[in-house]
Amino acid sequence: MTRETVLNAAHRAAGAKMVDFGGWDMPLHYGSQIDEHHKVRQDAGMFDVSHMCAVDLAGTDSRAFLRRLFANNVDKLQSPGKALYSAMLNPQGGVIDDLIVYFLDETHFRIVINAGTADKDLAWMNACHAEWKHTISLTARRDLAMIAVQGPNARARALTALPELAAADALSPFFATAIGDVFVARTGYTGEDGFEIAIPAERAATVWQALAAAGIAPCGLGARDTLRLEAGMNLYGQDMDESISPLDAGLAWTVDLISPRDFVGKAALLAHGQKHQFLGLLLEDRGVLRAHQQIFSAHGEGEITSGSFSPTLQRSIALARLPLGIAIGDHVEVDIRGKRLAARVLKPVFVRRGQALI
Amino acid sequence: MSNLPANLKYTKSHEWVRAEADGSVTIGITDHAQEALGDLVFVELPPVGKSLSAGEEAAVVESVKAAADVYAPISGVVIAQNSAVVDAPESLNSDAWSAWLFKLQPSDPAAIAALLDAAAYQQAIDAE
Repeated sequence: MTRETVLNAAHRAAGAKMVDFGGWDMPLHYGSQIDEHHKVRQDAGMFDVSHMCAVDLAGTDSRAFLRRLFANNVDKLQSPGKALYSAMLNPQGGVIDDLIVYFLDETHFRIVINAGTADKDLAWMNACHAEWKHTISLTARRDLAMIAVQGPNARARALTALPELAAADALSPFFATAIGDVFVARTGYTGEDGFEIAIPAERAATVWQALAAAGIAPCGLGARDTLRLEAGMNLYGQDMDESISPLDAGLAWTVDLISPRDFVGKAALLAHGQKHQFLGLLLEDRGVLRAHQQIFSAHGEGEITSGSFSPTLQRSIALARLPLGIAIGDHVEVDIRGKRLAARVLKPVFVRRGQALI
Repeated sequence: MSNLPANLKYTKSHEWVRAEADGSVTIGITDHAQEALGDLVFVELPPVGKSLSAGEEAAVVESVKAAADVYAPISGVVIAQNSAVVDAPESLNSDAWSAWLFKLQPSDPAAIAALLDAAAYQQAIDAE
């Protein structure tokens, strides 16, 4: 049975083409995913991300629990409202999920996890809690809807639509604040400025309509995928999963191996080290790079983990797991339907804040 | 449904086929196909002179989302390709009926009659 967010009827009324995404019936696009992509890069778009799951962590041992649970170090979170991106690893060093954790106060954190992994994430967190016996509680907030508003004009338009959130205007990037029962974070998954807004589900449709009336275009998961790919952001299940080390998925910057802190998966990461690099590709020939296409180089073979057409660059781009030894600027070949096409290796960030970086 | 041109023939794999006065056939993808694929960004066409058998992979169209094969509806030799659609794949989204892909000289002109007519194709997409 596919699950529906509280905004499902609004998507259908707007003529969305719906698809199954991680067991959820979600909008792929509302007409043209390329138009929606440009809207976010140039103005403002919004995404229903209510399929993602907010988990509230409470209790005096909250920080101690997260220190051990996450590969990134929650001790980086000292200012109330600050957000941190982290992987949650299994003991073998594979990625159970990637997530954002918000520090509210010493006894309250909010964790936002992916839709398709929510059930196994919660099971894992509860299993760790049962073993470690910290003084904490974990609450999945399925009573909340979440809307991501993204683009250079997203914050201004959102505050016009929702003047009661005016206090969010002062948020620095990667900070969040609670305003009444609304949680506003200056975070996102597109490479543009914006907010992610969590609201009680019963008010979601009203807020969605208000944001639309302020000129924010509804955007589907199709545009969300090309936007995050241009921004060089990983997608769980595609760029990494439980069999992949974060060190091989470009996530070394999120893994704290320096502090003496122990965390789940640390021993495995130290034992195995990094085996691959995770870099960007730009196709120099005509065609479209896709996940699982094979890469050939002087240093060995690699694989594309995410690939598509970049609407901003009007070229095909990809994220790829490549052999060690390949350098940025190198040329490789990609097998596309039996033909070897030329691609150039780049830093895995193609577009940020509306600007092409290649 | 009324928007399927009655002068065309169709396949279950969503190609349209138009018999031309000179005995050749023109081939494209249907409006239903472009709608299902979404924004098209890449087209690869068979070279002129290539012999194709009915049902053989002839061309590739790729949207942002996915790649799809276009099959030869009947056997024949490729006599023309539409380079305009290679340069502007989005023309398939704006008008799939005029953005043709390639032309074949059929090896057996009678094979055209065996393709689906508009009513039969409509039934095929309704059944999907």
